[in-house]
Amino acid sequence: MSGNNPAVGDRIVHKTFPPITRHTLALYCGASGDHNPIHVDIDFAKAAGFPDVFTHGMLVMGYLGQALTDAIAPSRIRAFSTRFAAITQLGAQLTCEGHVAELLENKGERCARLALTTKDEKGEIKLAGEAIIVL
Amino acid sequence: MVDQSAVGRTFTPVTARVEPGRLRYFFNTLGETSPVYREEGAARAEGFAAIPVPPTYLFCLEMMDNDKPFEFLKMLDIDLARVLHGEQSFIYHAPIVVGDTLTFRSRVVSVTDKKGGAMTLIVVQTAVSNQHGAHVADTARTIAVRNEVAA
Repeated sequence: MSGNNPAVGDRIVHKTFPPITRHTLALYCGASGDHNPIHVDIDFAKAAGFPDVFTHGMLVMGYLGQALTDAIAPSRIRAFSTRFAAITQLGAQLTCEGHVAELLENKGERCARLALTTKDEKGEIKLAGEAIIVL
Repeated sequence: MVDQSAVGRTFTPVTARVEPGRLRYFFNTLGETSPVYREEGAARAEGFAAIPVPPTYLFCLEMMDNDKPFEFLKMLDIDLARVLHGEQSFIYHAPIVVGDTLTFRSRVVSVTDKKGGAMTLIVVQTAVSNQHGAHVADTARTIAVRNEVAA
């Protein structure tokens, strides 16, 4: 982050990730401990009513977390939350962004609330979230 | 279908150690290259006692070191194929680093029917403490259960 005095509206988080592959999902199963077959077993996904496997929401949030800590030192992050707005398909190329939404005091610390989004290459919002960071 | 009787229900606490090799595998999977996560010296320069965990990793630790990671779905009689992750939040009270041993204590805090019963939202909150008994984080997940499977 450039300086400790961002203004409301400043974009301070921005990162694009490579397309999500089946291999990524298989690796993330092991990396996360989330072995729900809906993310790797196409037969299971179809039986559950989906056309194919789809991305773990927490992998998408993991990318957003990485975009966040590229911009803000991990020790400055006090809270991080997201709503999973849509399923993220295979091949999605995600872009994460964060703007300063509000400047505030939190437990005696000067903080900012960031509004965060993750979109795919078509601009569809996958995650909408926020973070509280110390300035 | 999950009903209000689930509210207040608690689950077996999970104890998880932050292991460096598993954490490195997580970073490799996500393509994380930041020095603070890759080099102990860079982490110390940032004020951490060791490599810190990234913002979402608490969710993973709770599942990886759980004997039965989907225990709470079974206890509530929810079919895994009908579950979607609706929301997730983390509040960080103190640093969490490689070598820490964490205990996760979870309970159901709300059950809400949506769309005329087609979907049920279940909120589970988890308090996380470390090996010194310090309360280091709180997490909350909202699970959306599809009560009707698409044809």
